[in-house]
Amino acid sequence: MAVTSETRKPLEGYVQADPEVTIDGNVATIDARGIYYKQLNEAVRRCLAEGVDKVVLQDVNGQRYIGTGIRGADKHIEVFGTAGQDMAMFMDGPTVEVFGNAQDGVGNTMNAGKVIVHGDAGDVLGYGMRGGTLLVRGDVGYRVGIHMKAYEGHVPVMVCGGKARDFFGEYMAGGTLVLLGMGSNSDRPLVGGYLGTGMHGGVIYLRGEVEPWQCGKEVGIFEADEDDLARLRPVLEEYCEAFGVELAEVLSVPFTKLLPTSHRPYGKLYTYV
Amino acid sequence: MPQTLIQPEFKVKIDYDKCHKCGRCVQQCGWNVYSFNERPIPDDAKCRACHRCVTYCPARCITIEKNDLAFRDNDGWGPALRKSVWRQAETGGVMLTGMGNDKPYVNIFDHLVLDACQVTNPSIDPLREPMELRTYLGRKPDAVAVEPDGKGGFRLAEELAADGWLDKNIQVDTPVIFSPMSYGSVSLNVHRSLAMAAERLGTLMNTGEGGLHADLYPYADHVIVQVASGRFGVDPEYLSRGAAVEIKVGQGAKPGIGGHLPGEKINREVSETRMIPQGTDAISPAPHHDIYSIEDLRQLIYSIKEATDYKPVGVKIAAVHNVAAIASGIVRAGADYVYLDGFRGGTGAAPQIIRDHIGLPIEIAVAVVDQRLRDEGIRHQASIVAAGSIRSSADLAKIIALGADVAAIGSAALMALGCHLCQGCHTGSCSWGLTTQKPELTRRVDPEWGAERLVNLVSAWSHELQEILGALGVNAVESLRGSRERLRAIGLDEQTCKILGVKPAGM
Repeated sequence: MAVTSETRKPLEGYVQADPEVTIDGNVATIDARGIYYKQLNEAVRRCLAEGVDKVVLQDVNGQRYIGTGIRGADKHIEVFGTAGQDMAMFMDGPTVEVFGNAQDGVGNTMNAGKVIVHGDAGDVLGYGMRGGTLLVRGDVGYRVGIHMKAYEGHVPVMVCGGKARDFFGEYMAGGTLVLLGMGSNSDRPLVGGYLGTGMHGGVIYLRGEVEPWQCGKEVGIFEADEDDLARLRPVLEEYCEAFGVELAEVLSVPFTKLLPTSHRPYGKLYTYV
Repeated sequence: MPQTLIQPEFKVKIDYDKCHKCGRCVQQCGWNVYSFNERPIPDDAKCRACHRCVTYCPARCITIEKNDLAFRDNDGWGPALRKSVWRQAETGGVMLTGMGNDKPYVNIFDHLVLDACQVTNPSIDPLREPMELRTYLGRKPDAVAVEPDGKGGFRLAEELAADGWLDKNIQVDTPVIFSPMSYGSVSLNVHRSLAMAAERLGTLMNTGEGGLHADLYPYADHVIVQVASGRFGVDPEYLSRGAAVEIKVGQGAKPGIGGHLPGEKINREVSETRMIPQGTDAISPAPHHDIYSIEDLRQLIYSIKEATDYKPVGVKIAAVHNVAAIASGIVRAGADYVYLDGFRGGTGAAPQIIRDHIGLPIEIAVAVVDQRLRDEGIRHQASIVAAGSIRSSADLAKIIALGADVAAIGSAALMALGCHLCQGCHTGSCSWGLTTQKPELTRRVDPEWGAERLVNLVSAWSHELQEILGALGVNAVESLRGSRERLRAIGLDEQTCKILGVKPAGM
């Protein structure tokens, strides 16, 4: 008499069963092959709750929400394969490293912690991200860094090593967003259009140049000066260390800086009834 | 040239023979209407008729009158439209206003009447017999399992749901919850009043999109936390505090547009709660940039469920033309409740042109959504919360009969706390201390006083609802839900009656 509602059926090809977990000291290894995200993430949370410091996920193939909502600065997750949507969403402290590509929504509304993606990543990375670090080795999609924001001690940092599409840093309200354009698979320009549209806080650094038409009207375009490079240096060092890139090569091209022209872009839009 | 063509809307009259010259009015007015030179001197142009000064004048010597300047009659160009043109010609700005749509659209509630039992069915006296108002928000199982109780009857099986999985529901002791009003748009004392009242009433308040202040943590079981496009104050801690999480897609007063909380309202505490810097505008983009489809919505619903150990997740939308199809998509995306906000719903600030001309009445929205979900066999998968100018227990009973599980009240709750619907919320100078962050104004609301008044209001409505249910001859609010046979329409056209699923009176 079991009635399974339509909306709760697993996606084709996935099994709703607990994955195989091997615990070796402080490290848990989970075989994610074919496992539905719900059971996979339950297993991850269970391992972390039981005091394991590091969870290694093997054979990940698009499972969603890996590391979503997890907390604890001393926790690590390693993902081998392709991480699915909304990885590290709402994450507060842990480190997630992906040896492969990641899909959309990495670091969505993330609070603290670190995400390293050794491949390309999709759209809407770091949406509303309030803190932590997100490093992507390769190319990224549309609307990356949208509405990133800073608050007191929380200053999010995102570095994208390859190229980006439209709406990079749209509505940005805080933090540091960096685009390097190195080692890209794409023959497109460094970044698409609508760059920083509606931006009212934070700073965007681009390795190379942009045309004014690519930018939203709320941003000003500047050459990055020595102070900027001094501020960028630790960020770039972290990137270089994560991916084994030479800092000198990163710094071999001048950087462009984009700043919002107002913290209140719509302050004069209204009149009172 | 004249500075403005717009004459004051009200006249402030002081009977100086009675006036104590105490200056109370000067001190009470948040709009700086009064200056004092041996006696209070009002500047009519600043008055919003909020009656704060009138209420507090010890001599009762202040009256506020309409400044009824005659305009040459013109049905098309009413005085309000003429004033708007002048204002915009002066400023070039988008007209910003507060509270709900004040235009004279047909109010369907006022054209619906309820039934009562006479002779053939006994009515029930709720004073002497049990009358259940308790209901549950959330997804119900597709089927429940029963087993023999060993005494010749049946009982619910230990494994309640037939598919072995029972979704979490939230119990509300009366079908009235408080609608989302963010800390930032309203003061912390308003939030405190709402939270205390929600706890005492066994119902829910809603943070809106401004985060949850630490002072409200003890009330977390009675708080719905909202996730809106700006993601203000949203972190794992916040999500873990709420009884449920609500994704705000739209608001009845401003469907399709985002929100700009002006920098002036972002003081230290608002900034801490929203987790954004002081003084910068808090901009909520019009869409969630991770929701461009029903599939994306499902992704966000389940990311929140993953982050909260599968708490109920609701989705709030403004009632718009295709609301039935949209609601169906929302339920199929996995929402535990759909919050429908009608076009008379209030707001802390919205462009007037949007507030007054976009969206649908909540009566229509609830009727078509309830019908659609029933037709598709998925009505049990989500509760319906209805809001957008629920003004009395009569509206409450009618909206439940049209298909809602629960109604949410915002404007009525603010009125319980002193609001006079002056529509000045967006100015940040509310004399009643409600929609402001100025400390000299916010301290005017004592949360204990506020909670008591809210409890009084909702208790009174609940009693009245029990009386209505008794008259209808049913003993539980859930028996009224979607029971449109108990409604009749007076003065509505045939098509509207059909859409509402309500017969005209006499049939």
